[in-house]
Amino acid sequence: MAAIEGAAGEEAGALPKEAPSLRPVIGGLSAAAAWFAVAALTSAWPDAEEWERTGELASLLAVVGGGLALASLLRRAQRAWPWMLALALGVAAWEVATAKLNLLPRPFFAPPQGLLEVYLDDWPRLAECVLHSAWLLISGYLLGSAAGFITGVAVGWSRAVGYWVNPVLRLIGPLPATAWLPLAFFAFPSSASASTFLVALAAFFPVTILTLSGVAGVNSAFYDIARTLGANKRFLVLKVAIPATMPHVFVGLFMGLGGSFAVLVVAEMLGVKAGLGWYIQWAQGWAAYGNMYAALLVMALLCSGLVALLFRIRDHLLAWQKGLLRW
Amino acid sequence: MVALAHKADDEAGLGLAVRNVSHAFELHGQTLPVLDNVSFSVEPGEFVALLGPSGCGKSTLLRLVAGLEPPCGGSLLADGRPIDGPHPSRVVVFQDPTLYPWRTVWDNVALGLEAQGLLKQNRARVDEALALVGLSGFAKAYPHQLSGGMAQRAALARALVNDPRLLVLDEPLGKLDSLTRIAMQGEIVRLWQSAGFTALLVTHDVEEALLMATRVIVFSERPARITAEIPIDRPYPRHRDDPVLVDLRHKVLDLLGMGSSW
Ligand SMILES: Nc1ncnc2c1ncn2[C@@H]1O[C@H](COP(=O)(O)OP(=O)(O)OP(=O)(O)O)[C@@H](O)[C@H]1O
Ligand SMILES: [Mg+2]
Repeated sequence: MAAIEGAAGEEAGALPKEAPSLRPVIGGLSAAAAWFAVAALTSAWPDAEEWERTGELASLLAVVGGGLALASLLRRAQRAWPWMLALALGVAAWEVATAKLNLLPRPFFAPPQGLLEVYLDDWPRLAECVLHSAWLLISGYLLGSAAGFITGVAVGWSRAVGYWVNPVLRLIGPLPATAWLPLAFFAFPSSASASTFLVALAAFFPVTILTLSGVAGVNSAFYDIARTLGANKRFLVLKVAIPATMPHVFVGLFMGLGGSFAVLVVAEMLGVKAGLGWYIQWAQGWAAYGNMYAALLVMALLCSGLVALLFRIRDHLLAWQKGLLRW
Repeated sequence: MVALAHKADDEAGLGLAVRNVSHAFELHGQTLPVLDNVSFSVEPGEFVALLGPSGCGKSTLLRLVAGLEPPCGGSLLADGRPIDGPHPSRVVVFQDPTLYPWRTVWDNVALGLEAQGLLKQNRARVDEALALVGLSGFAKAYPHQLSGGMAQRAALARALVNDPRLLVLDEPLGKLDSLTRIAMQGEIVRLWQSAGFTALLVTHDVEEALLMATRVIVFSERPARITAEIPIDRPYPRHRDDPVLVDLRHKVLDLLGMGSSW
């Protein structure tokens, strides 16, 4: 995601300098106009059934339009405006099909103001769930990745460690972390520690496998050079093997993050009785589909935010790869 | 340049002895003999060039001198003591520059000092070494931003910065254009004269060997045996059209089986 943006940004920078084109400004303003139009449509066209927050929704849409107009005048929406235009059309279609015409079966499809209602009325509970999920995810993921990284380096570096640990990894590694769920919930003293363990486990295996294959695959000439220049073992591990392996480690970190998300939701649904996974299940149980969509949207933002953060960290740590790879 | 040479003269050069060294590799289940009973010695401060056909075992011999592998037979001595592993007094410039892609050029050159824990006091030496090979402007560049020749010069700087007592050079100038090459040849010879280290140079360029070395050792096809040792008793700076060197060049090319083509 961030990677694609970066590549496109560089291409744009490489073009010969011309007078800044007016197209993005015009495009941005037309997208803003579209948002205003959706706002007008929302407030002027009466709902098929009573919805409490239609007025607030219209104001929110207008605020988005206003912000977008300002951003395009300040030339801050150079690349975003086609998306913003498409989003405005999407929201309009959603609004018309649900709230205005009632085309979609009622309890299963909530209109935009239904989601807004959830955010405005139920935000304390949602916020608590977000905090709970984020804490569980981040603590489990960090623990699992750190353990995986250390195990991977140890196994990749030392034949003796590899002899004992490799068969265990091979046997247990392919097992999905969710298969441990029943065991974890009775083996651990609390459901919180059990789910932290499961999330950590989901991150642990991909990080371990990628790290150890990376360490085992380091160009032996890198070691030769350091050794002739007086490097000791510690230097070879910390300053040669680990930096050379970092690109692999990040592949493992991305895979592990995906696995952690999956385990997090399952653990929350089955055992923890808190967090976004639990909220979704609870909402579904009460046929509160608006709440479910609202929680799904928050979860999507949380997950993609974490992925974007990891991309940022990678871009910072592996800046040397820029120009070596198609970044 | 001279700033890089601060070793006291008595300990500058390292004496090397190669005694009946044989070496072989396993290749597809067969033994591939590479070095066949090679013996020679290098006096402290000497500049010896090794010449031989491609694939005869020159780089292998240098790996043994560096202490990266033990020989299958025979022994190698540095200052009379057996070589049992790498030591920063014997620095190798490998055929392939192999800079660390995750380090800037400056950090690559600083590698040896950092590994030995000497970097803090010697940061200026890194800058000097970079200036010596003409890469001052590229200190902050990453290796993939260098040309092949620049990478080779960076690898040379990475070796020189350690103030080696034996500098082992495996075709270090192979990728340079002819002008930079001539300049670097002169630079290495001047550095060798002022710093007083012992130099062991592998090259496939006969002229380069004759311009730089005090002695040339010629190897046979694999498995490498020594076919000739030719002292070159000419003062520096040498000139390629020096009639003595021109004669020697014909002689060496004859030994390498190339006489008729010149
Ligand atoms: N690790 C290895 N395993 C098996 N065979 C090897 C290994 N290293 C080198 N050889 C073989 O040893 C022989 C000598 O290799 P070496 O690199 O020493 O040649 P060289 O004289 O340096 O050649 P060049 O001038 O082309 O660099 C070659 O035939 C090569 O195939
Ligand atoms: Mg070679």
